[in-house]
Amino acid sequence: MKEFKYVITDPVGIHARPAGELAKEAKTFKSTVFVVKGEKEAKATALMKLMGMGIKQGDEVTIRVDGEDEEACAAAMEKFFKEKF
Amino acid sequence: MQTFTGTKIVNGIAIGKIKLYKPAVYEISEELVSDIAAEIARYEAAIDKVKEDQNALYEKEMKAGHKDTAGIFEAHALMLDDEDTIIDPCKEVMAEGHTAEYAVRQVFDEVAKAFSEMEDEYFRARSADVIDLKNAMLDVLFGADTANLQGTEPAILVAEDLAPSETVKLDKSLLLGLVTRLGSSNSHTAILARSMNWPTLIQCHDITDDWDGKFAILDGYNSCIYIEPDQEIIDKLSAKQKEDREKEAKLQELKGKPSETKDGQKVRLYANIGGPKDVKAVIENDAEGVGLFRSEFVYLNSPTDPTEDQQFAAYKQVLEGLAPRLVVIRTCDIGADKTIDYMNLDKEENPALGFRAVRICLSRPDFFKRQLRALLRASAFGNLGIMFPMIISKWEVVECKKLLEECKKELEAEGQKIGKYEIGIMIETPAAALCADELAEEVDFFSLGTNDLTQYTCAIDRQSANLERFANTHHPALLRLIRETIEAGHRHGTWVGICGELGADPELSEEFMKWGIDELSVNPKSILPLRERVRNMDLSKFKTESPKPEAKPEPKPEAPKPEVKAEAPKPKGFFGRLFG
Repeated sequence: MKEFKYVITDPVGIHARPAGELAKEAKTFKSTVFVVKGEKEAKATALMKLMGMGIKQGDEVTIRVDGEDEEACAAAMEKFFKEKF
Repeated sequence: MQTFTGTKIVNGIAIGKIKLYKPAVYEISEELVSDIAAEIARYEAAIDKVKEDQNALYEKEMKAGHKDTAGIFEAHALMLDDEDTIIDPCKEVMAEGHTAEYAVRQVFDEVAKAFSEMEDEYFRARSADVIDLKNAMLDVLFGADTANLQGTEPAILVAEDLAPSETVKLDKSLLLGLVTRLGSSNSHTAILARSMNWPTLIQCHDITDDWDGKFAILDGYNSCIYIEPDQEIIDKLSAKQKEDREKEAKLQELKGKPSETKDGQKVRLYANIGGPKDVKAVIENDAEGVGLFRSEFVYLNSPTDPTEDQQFAAYKQVLEGLAPRLVVIRTCDIGADKTIDYMNLDKEENPALGFRAVRICLSRPDFFKRQLRALLRASAFGNLGIMFPMIISKWEVVECKKLLEECKKELEAEGQKIGKYEIGIMIETPAAALCADELAEEVDFFSLGTNDLTQYTCAIDRQSANLERFANTHHPALLRLIRETIEAGHRHGTWVGICGELGADPELSEEFMKWGIDELSVNPKSILPLRERVRNMDLSKFKTESPKPEAKPEPKPEAPKPEVKAEAPKPKGFFGRLFG
């Protein structure tokens, strides 16, 4: 398992369009990607649930990656979050 | 004739018959079925079909160049793939023997309700997406024909509300205008209506079924709709509509055309913006750049002091989105009327003359450097101008530049890429205008902030109603400061723009052009009208005369006003008189 923390800088937070792209990106890996905020968490591929967390600018989230390609997946996720959120 | 009101989203007039847009209402059976596998199969086929439809809408919008709306449908398709929230709960309901329709209604309604109860407005508005998907699922499951809801002739469409997918499916050639009972100004429908410029009224609560087929006029200017209007209204609004169309067509033709007078004098027409959300308006209105990007939004929208990365993301988004256009970003201008809790600023007796803008920044270099670093990093992604506000003395500019240089060295040592950038200052105090010659030696450009310059020159608070008879937005002292600033800039090869409200003032455009203004930065919507004015100007008739500062006091018949004597032309200008 690998994880990293990230503070959302996007003014709208984790909103539909980039969240959709995140879901697509996460699906290209074998590992499962979780987005965790406080006590809530959602799989990056579960778009509705992820949006339902209402993650906003300034929120700190933890991204947890678990699976056989977790190294590559975590690196890709970190890059994705920095670029999109 | 009957008149009903609502909230307008888009100005403009629509004239024609009303078509009531009524999607089917489905009766969903609560009875249990025995063949659970068959229901799940129907459900899965429906999901596939809706996903296919949403992807087709995505393609359609991408082709039309509407990236924003396209993204919504791509996200819709992905939402349906959500196992935790959609697929598994639906299957659980069906496993109890319920129909696919019943499961869809139950699960989607619950999710929509959860969204509608969220705190943040953006996420609340997403419940409409979920309802939209539910309806699309039910349409497929019931085998409904949704193709003909709009009728076959051009009409003003009247609906309860329109879901994003419904709005996009509409045949635009049949759509004269739009009226809905519900809807918010943040909804996709409103956003799309704005981008398509459809006359649109929302929150029109008095809609009734008997409007269907009646002749009506939608008057966006007055936020109302006339059902079976009188001839007088018809004549008046038909004329207004014709006038609008002619005006709009003329303005649209100006896109891509140079902002140049008949005698060949050019000016750059830039836009004032408040954040990344305005990038689209800059492009749509064919602005040649951004003359003022108020960076305050990054401070005002954040509960805590925004980090360098947060700022960098916002600046980068705008620079990248508008490259290769020049984007002038004004550094933090908080203080005065814009206060922020986390800044812990003392309450001041006289905030307009107080601790604000660059005065805060130079007193809190760590805070300032975060912004400068973010700006420098963003410079690699486009064409940046960095502008310092509220300057009164040369040493302030020198100190700002020193801090900028420090940041640059740090970033270079960290291996960060930095692009080219220009440095400028706001001229918004009489002190800066009068010292423009010295200041020009330090910077690439000046931008006249006429709102503050007016208030500081005339000692008049624009917000005060009592001062109205004393206020003169064209006060000769102000105009002289503007003109002398332009001349001082040009003596030193510094380009000069205006980013305050006077930049779009039709009464002054010609004056500014005569004085050789290099750039005017205005609200995006004012770009094309201003370009039209510039293109109709002929300055050759002024060019043989010796230039003289002209003042145009506003006529105010009810108030006695001290007489303003026109200055005799002086070849050396105002500074020559002062210092010469």
